[in-house]
Amino acid sequence: MLNYVLGRLLTFIPTFVGVTLISFSFIRALPGDPIQVMAGERGISDERYAELAKQFGYDRPIYVQFWEYLTGVLQGDLGNSFVTKRPVWDEFFALFPATLELSICAMIFAVLLGLPAGVIAAVNRGKFFDRALMSTALVGYSMPIFWWALLLIIVFSGNLQWTPVSGRIDLLYYFPDPTGFMIIDSLASGQKGAFTSALRHLILPTVVLGTIPLAVIARQTRSAMLEVLGEDYIRTARAKGMSPLRVNGVHALRNALIPVVTVIGLSVGTLLAGAILTETIFSWPGIGKWMVDSIFRRDYPVVQGGLLLIAVMVMIVNLTVDMLYGVINPKIRKR
Amino acid sequence: MSLNKIMATGLLLSTLGVSAQAQSLVYCSEGSPEGFDPALYTSGTTFDASSHPIYNRLSEFKVGTTETIPALAESWDVSEDGTKVTFNLRKGVKFHSNAQFTPTRDFNADDVIFSFDRQGNPDNPYNKVSGGTWEYYGGMSMPDLIESIEKVDDYTVVFNLTRAEAPIIANMAMDFASIVSKEYADAMLEAGTPEMLNQAPIGTGPFTFQAYQKDAVIRYLRNDAYWGDKAKVESLIFAITPDASVRYQKVQAGECHVTAYPNPADIQSMKDAEDVVVMEQEGLNVGYLAYNTQVAPFDNPNVRKALNMAIDKQAIIDVVFQGSGQIAKNPIPPTMWSYNEAVEDDNYDPEAAKAALEAEGVSDLDLKIWAMPVQRPYNPNARRMAELMQEDFSKIGVNVEIVSYEWGEYLERSKAKDRDGAVLLGWTGDNGDPDNFLAVLLGCDGVEKSNRAQWCNEEFDALIQKAKVLPTQEERSKLYEEAQVIFKDQAPWATIAHSVVYMAMRPEVDGYVVHPLGGHIFNQVGLSK
Repeated sequence: MLNYVLGRLLTFIPTFVGVTLISFSFIRALPGDPIQVMAGERGISDERYAELAKQFGYDRPIYVQFWEYLTGVLQGDLGNSFVTKRPVWDEFFALFPATLELSICAMIFAVLLGLPAGVIAAVNRGKFFDRALMSTALVGYSMPIFWWALLLIIVFSGNLQWTPVSGRIDLLYYFPDPTGFMIIDSLASGQKGAFTSALRHLILPTVVLGTIPLAVIARQTRSAMLEVLGEDYIRTARAKGMSPLRVNGVHALRNALIPVVTVIGLSVGTLLAGAILTETIFSWPGIGKWMVDSIFRRDYPVVQGGLLLIAVMVMIVNLTVDMLYGVINPKIRKR
Repeated sequence: MSLNKIMATGLLLSTLGVSAQAQSLVYCSEGSPEGFDPALYTSGTTFDASSHPIYNRLSEFKVGTTETIPALAESWDVSEDGTKVTFNLRKGVKFHSNAQFTPTRDFNADDVIFSFDRQGNPDNPYNKVSGGTWEYYGGMSMPDLIESIEKVDDYTVVFNLTRAEAPIIANMAMDFASIVSKEYADAMLEAGTPEMLNQAPIGTGPFTFQAYQKDAVIRYLRNDAYWGDKAKVESLIFAITPDASVRYQKVQAGECHVTAYPNPADIQSMKDAEDVVVMEQEGLNVGYLAYNTQVAPFDNPNVRKALNMAIDKQAIIDVVFQGSGQIAKNPIPPTMWSYNEAVEDDNYDPEAAKAALEAEGVSDLDLKIWAMPVQRPYNPNARRMAELMQEDFSKIGVNVEIVSYEWGEYLERSKAKDRDGAVLLGWTGDNGDPDNFLAVLLGCDGVEKSNRAQWCNEEFDALIQKAKVLPTQEERSKLYEEAQVIFKDQAPWATIAHSVVYMAMRPEVDGYVVHPLGGHIFNQVGLSK
């Protein structure tokens, strides 16, 4: 297993260099530049432009800029945002916990509902429950996020007033946030009601963000289960008189999990890149909106640094998923 | 939890250490500030969060008007030739304090000199801090205008100018001219953390900065040592809420008191809602179509006027602005002094337009219309606007091709003297002075720069140059009014619209005034329940 993990870690190196290069060139390939965007309608004189270009360092040849960026990255320096002038690193880690917290909750929601739904649908193949579930999953998968989010806000926050409209916690609470995870910080603050408030603020964004992964997981679990349920060893298990719960829940599900875990891993990767619509609608201070704003402003350091950090996070998730394969299926471990 | 609950609870109050009657005003803002040093930035969102609550300037705009009033300068004198402006500073003004800094002295001339020197002097240690680009300082021509700033004594400073410039007092009221503490700057430089000036701001304003979480919330506390009228609420909170529909929901749910920039489609429903009050005012902006007056046949004013008559502006207001705009006839908005009411617009008349074109011997005319790729208050949907114009022009036999570029490219390419086509663009005023529109956008100096019509009319230019140096608003106003008549007659632009600014708030909000310069200011705002 250790060799397997080390082998996987080695593949990180070319991926990392590749991502660095792509993230660096991607934003520069777009037309327009940050100084023009910053100056806007007011315009900028040629002298001032040259001065700023020098200050930002992109009056130099592109390979020099890349080399500086790469050496910076290797020393843990991603540069400063052109717009806020703050280190990219600081900005990322101030916002990333919010994205991570929401992603984790959305995945827990999706897995807790999606897995059993898929299993039950497979076991009841072709029956009413299966059809209803799969149709709902299709609707969930096709739902436009902004519409779904606004609908939930209008019904649950506006009309019923069960949940708050947006934000991470009531503005009433004000405490230090050492971890950036609101549920942990609110609990640690010891302020009465803070934890409940943080949880209540998580409900709607979790449901919205978790809807598509939930639909995907349910459908994937169903199809993987159907495949496994037709296998001889399942028939044997049944013939031996094993309880249906044990057959379906343990023997079948475990073998059906590999494709499901893959789908979960891919979904987590997508969620970590930030859910721009969900974050915007729920005023959730995560990295999705930060990245999109930075692309519009041609904030090179933020875009290239942010992409790189997101890529590293996704690589870590993929490695975890690969390791999970080994846990689920020992054959992979020994390969 | 509703705002009433927030106000009722003692929890916040015990945390903040304020009295039990504390009131918090929550403003649902549209985005995160870029930082808290207004001189470094140009966006209104940043100014709302920095210069208005935290800082003061030598002069300030009276809230709700473009009139300048004394602030950190109690009074000023302008020399006869207009090149020497003496500011007499207010005494006893205290800077805020924070965990890193407690001021040992009051505001004085050193702070004024430092606030400008750091922007204009490359040798000032703060010139490069936080990647200082000082856009507004440069944009308002301060480097050319200010020759030196002299300290006469602790409470008197003299600005020596290279030329007479009547708008200088209004410029001093702009956000970039906010006064920062030199003592704080020195202390932070010594501590090796000069960027704190931008991240943990210290000013003299009505609110002190308390905390900021990017994309989430900004908190301020009332400055009880404020030199002017103290803020009516004890704390001010900006709940950063980028989505306009969500901001509206939050006002309705009582999660915020005031919000700006509603969706035009929501305005009617807001007006009908019982628990929402809507305020409106024309914005200090103008959206226009600038012909290239250096290229035939658009170098002929009669052709330009004919084209102007073909544009159905009311349809644009209805469709593009969804009602939240007003037809523009002058290049300056009606809220600005010197606006010439008497000017008559080129009314929509396709038949007359067609005849006028024929009279000039122009037929089978091709025209490119440049549509901006971005949304602006003065033009919420340039592509749609261009399409409407395309339809209008087709009625008089003019073929229109719509082109667009990435925003930076668009701004750059549209400056070219030989540009092919008419450009949709606009302007939002900076200092409430007509010079900021007429000279910047239509003056001869602006050709190949911000004057997208490439229009240089000697008579017009002479008027605005003269108006720039006259001492009184009355005298200047007369010249600007004349200039607007020439503008209309020569028609370098089709003036399209001024946007209307809407603010939505809860009924308990008391004293909010829509500010014509576009900022959101809360010093004078209270909560009645």
